[in-house]
Amino acid sequence: MTAPEENVTEQAGPPEDQPPAAGSLTNAITALVLLGVGVAAVAASWTLGVGTAREPDSGMWPLLIGVALIVLGAALLAKFRTPSDAERFTRSGWPVLGGLATMVVFVVVLEYVGFEIPATLLCFAWLRFLGRESLRVSIVGSVAVVAVFYAVFVGALSVPIPHLL
Amino acid sequence: MDLTPVLAGFGVVLEPANLLYCLLGVVIGMLIGVLPGLGPAATIAILLPITYGIEPVTAIIMLAGIFYGAQYGGTITSVLLRLPGEASSVVTVFDGHAMARQGRAGTALGIAAIGSFVGGTVSIVALSFLAPVVAGFALDFGPPEYTALALLGILLVSTVSSGNRLKALIAACLGLLLATVGRDGFTAAERFTFDNLSLADGLDFVPIAMGLFGLGEILYNLEQRHRAPDAPVSVANVWPSRSDLKQSSGAIGRGSVLGFVLGILPGGGATLSSLAAYAIEKRRAKDPSRFGKGAVEGVAGPETANNAAATSSFIPLLTLGIPANATMAVIFGALLIQGVTPGPQLVSEEPELFWGVVNSMYLGNILLLIMSIPLVGLFVKILRVRPAVLAPITVLITLVGVYTVNNDVFDIVLVIAFGALGYLMKKLGFDPGPLVLAFVLGSLLEDSLRRSLLIFDGNPAGFFTRPISGVLLAAFLLVALLPVVRSLVRRQRRSRERSSASTRV
Repeated sequence: MTAPEENVTEQAGPPEDQPPAAGSLTNAITALVLLGVGVAAVAASWTLGVGTAREPDSGMWPLLIGVALIVLGAALLAKFRTPSDAERFTRSGWPVLGGLATMVVFVVVLEYVGFEIPATLLCFAWLRFLGRESLRVSIVGSVAVVAVFYAVFVGALSVPIPHLL
Repeated sequence: MDLTPVLAGFGVVLEPANLLYCLLGVVIGMLIGVLPGLGPAATIAILLPITYGIEPVTAIIMLAGIFYGAQYGGTITSVLLRLPGEASSVVTVFDGHAMARQGRAGTALGIAAIGSFVGGTVSIVALSFLAPVVAGFALDFGPPEYTALALLGILLVSTVSSGNRLKALIAACLGLLLATVGRDGFTAAERFTFDNLSLADGLDFVPIAMGLFGLGEILYNLEQRHRAPDAPVSVANVWPSRSDLKQSSGAIGRGSVLGFVLGILPGGGATLSSLAAYAIEKRRAKDPSRFGKGAVEGVAGPETANNAAATSSFIPLLTLGIPANATMAVIFGALLIQGVTPGPQLVSEEPELFWGVVNSMYLGNILLLIMSIPLVGLFVKILRVRPAVLAPITVLITLVGVYTVNNDVFDIVLVIAFGALGYLMKKLGFDPGPLVLAFVLGSLLEDSLRRSLLIFDGNPAGFFTRPISGVLLAAFLLVALLPVVRSLVRRQRRSRERSSASTRV
């Protein structure tokens, strides 16, 4: 069975503007991590109790999945030198870490001071630093977005999300 | 066929609230399709929390509208910007954007709207007749049949998903593993909960879907943002000429049938059918070199097929309880949250919901046709909204929205973790679709497998002694082994060619 994607890609040529491909180190680490997850799943399933085919216990199903993960992870590891569709991690990935950090701060601070201040800070950081918007757009935008959120979630929907006001 | 429940379904659709949410769904779907970055699965996942307060039938009507509305919206960016709004519009870029560069953007969009309407409508008519038959047939399904069907579905979704098959299978295994977290349904033993009370009932579907599809996509786009799209081209003469319509009619007819069939199959769906329709149109063309340079059939075929498939993929979901693709898996999750279990009993036990959702699609398709052509100008303006402005709004909707599920901060932690995983998966070439689908089917699969083993007294050969599960498992083995056989044959052929070349020398 030939997947139609293959035909179309063949006919249309490689897509333009592709990010750089990952090297063998990234491929090997990915496969090893997955192998590790498989091994951990097998070990944990074993402690849960596997049972028998006639009376399967809690660990049997996760054990089967763990074994499948080990087999597939090993197959992936065997191909680590082959060029894959993984993308290289470059400096352009820093904003992603920045974005994740803003969300972590949001969730940590939320329970102490409510959602208004962390939400405004998150919006401002995304607009100003990650989105490179002007200072005026960033300030007005972040305050306006949080005001609308307050009106919808707290005012209209009465969601019991921690809030200051 | 008893028409009473069908007519009652129209009564459900024509209720003002349902009409409004159908319109809302179609408009949101079109907008989301227009905005590159978030696909229908992500949008539906992000909007899940707002459906809690709505009646189940109304919520599903809206979510279905988002799904098929997005199929058309994606066309607009494909044609005008060379940037597919979502995966099923990728092939439309080839000829749609070439037509736009020739000043025929309006024609491309017009043909896409007409094709979408025809494909969608043909598919709904077929769905109305076929779904009750499938549901009746599925009433005989027991645990062995469900085990085989779920296995085949997961394998097919992994096999035909975009990208590397091995990685898709790994993603599916991860999804199955995540589904085991929580109390075992048979023994009540806690599995992989790490003594965390929030995990005792298992992982919630909503943070997983919202994180992997929604946040993962936003984080990935954050990194890709420097790749600037082309400037939008102008749109004029949206109505296609008679010769364009004549040239496209065959492609629209073929696209309708192909899309309907591929939409039903597990692993099929809008993306696969649009790719297949393009390949077929190019193969059938007298002059295939026109393709990629503005062939109107290259827009008509895929656009018809993706709408037909979007509609027909509701058949396995509503009648068997097996989602055919990732977006259907999200809608499956939405149904479960609403207390509705999709399956063969749905048609007989909840006819109002079933026929209400099916019949809403007739209306939704008409709304799409009416709105798509006059609103093209508005959508072009929406395209000017910067992703930098949209991203923080979407992030906040996700974070606050997921909190509303259980009013638990732990869900926000989960959505962030799955967002990071979604980003990593995209970077490393793993499709999150098979993971989400396998997660959704995981408990059904484990439950059916264990029940089957009890029925068969521990003998797995029992699966092959029942006709339906036997055929399904034979299909599973065929699909699983085919790539291995193909690579063996290829290797043998290569070694034969090498040896014959060396004897010639």
